[in-house]
Amino acid sequence: MTTATDLPGFADPVLDAQAAFRAVLAALSSPGSIHTVGTGLTPPAPLATATAAVLLALVDGETSLAIATALQPATAWLAFHCGPATAPMTDAGFVLADALPDLTAVDTGSDEVPERAATVILQVATLGSGDRFTLAGPGLQHPTQFAVDGLPADFAARWAANRALYPRGIDLILCAGSRLAALPRSVTVREG
Amino acid sequence: MTPHPDTAIAARQSWMAVLARAEANDMAQLLADLPPLPDPVILRGPEVGLVMVRGRIGGGGGPFNLGEMTVTRCTLRAGATVGHASIAGRVPERAILAARIDAGLQDPTLHDSLHTAVIAPLAARQLAARAESAAKAAATRVEFFTLQTMRT
Repeated sequence: MTTATDLPGFADPVLDAQAAFRAVLAALSSPGSIHTVGTGLTPPAPLATATAAVLLALVDGETSLAIATALQPATAWLAFHCGPATAPMTDAGFVLADALPDLTAVDTGSDEVPERAATVILQVATLGSGDRFTLAGPGLQHPTQFAVDGLPADFAARWAANRALYPRGIDLILCAGSRLAALPRSVTVREG
Repeated sequence: MTPHPDTAIAARQSWMAVLARAEANDMAQLLADLPPLPDPVILRGPEVGLVMVRGRIGGGGGPFNLGEMTVTRCTLRAGATVGHASIAGRVPERAILAARIDAGLQDPTLHDSLHTAVIAPLAARQLAARAESAAKAAATRVEFFTLQTMRT
């Protein structure tokens, strides 16, 4: 039996999850674009509403999830509403983190099945302000400006290492408050 | 079902079993005489799903996947307690009502009145219905002596 928690999930599980899925899809198709999700959601303490909405939409009993230590207090709520299998960070299909995990610490897929690579759901401080980056790649007609507060100082170099693995490599979903943006593995990131 | 060694859990199991078998009308009717239950906050559901039922249907008594049954489950918070219900079939209202009563029964201030006014009569009715159908079945019982010998 799952551990009950006293906070609800989506008010309308079908439509709200579809809306969140749609936002993730749009964010990944147009890297760096910012979308609002999960309004009205009341997730447990360390989780932002966008993080919670993405998890409720993407994670279920057939996916594996690794949760960073700082976000562990949300484990019971996630187990109750999504019931994911917990896995070590190196094997998990989804990684929930509050600091960018090292590339070697997560599953980057294999050349045969690159789609098995982990999707990292990263909770950051703010989207739309902070460190500035220029994004280019599929989905972007022109290089686009992107600002985020909460990524490590050497993010551009670490992302270049991830980009070099293509078609392997992680996809990154950034969540802050009720807003999310995404960096698929195909995007190149330049500082400034 | 074997009762749980923890008496608090065993008690909850027994009233949840009664609620799982109760009709929505019966529950609503019995609740009508009581002060209204606290307003619920739905945490999950009511959602319909399938549960694999296993039973001992062979002569040897080994477990067998009998088939899947439709189940509706609902979890909600009412006041300070969290109520849960899993009922057979697809009647969301019944699951909500059963979960609300389960939440109320866990609240020490409501437990006794709810137990006396709702659970006890429902349990008595279910026991009577069971005894009646058992009596009807017993009247047409056929003894299969060969199978009985095989089983021992």
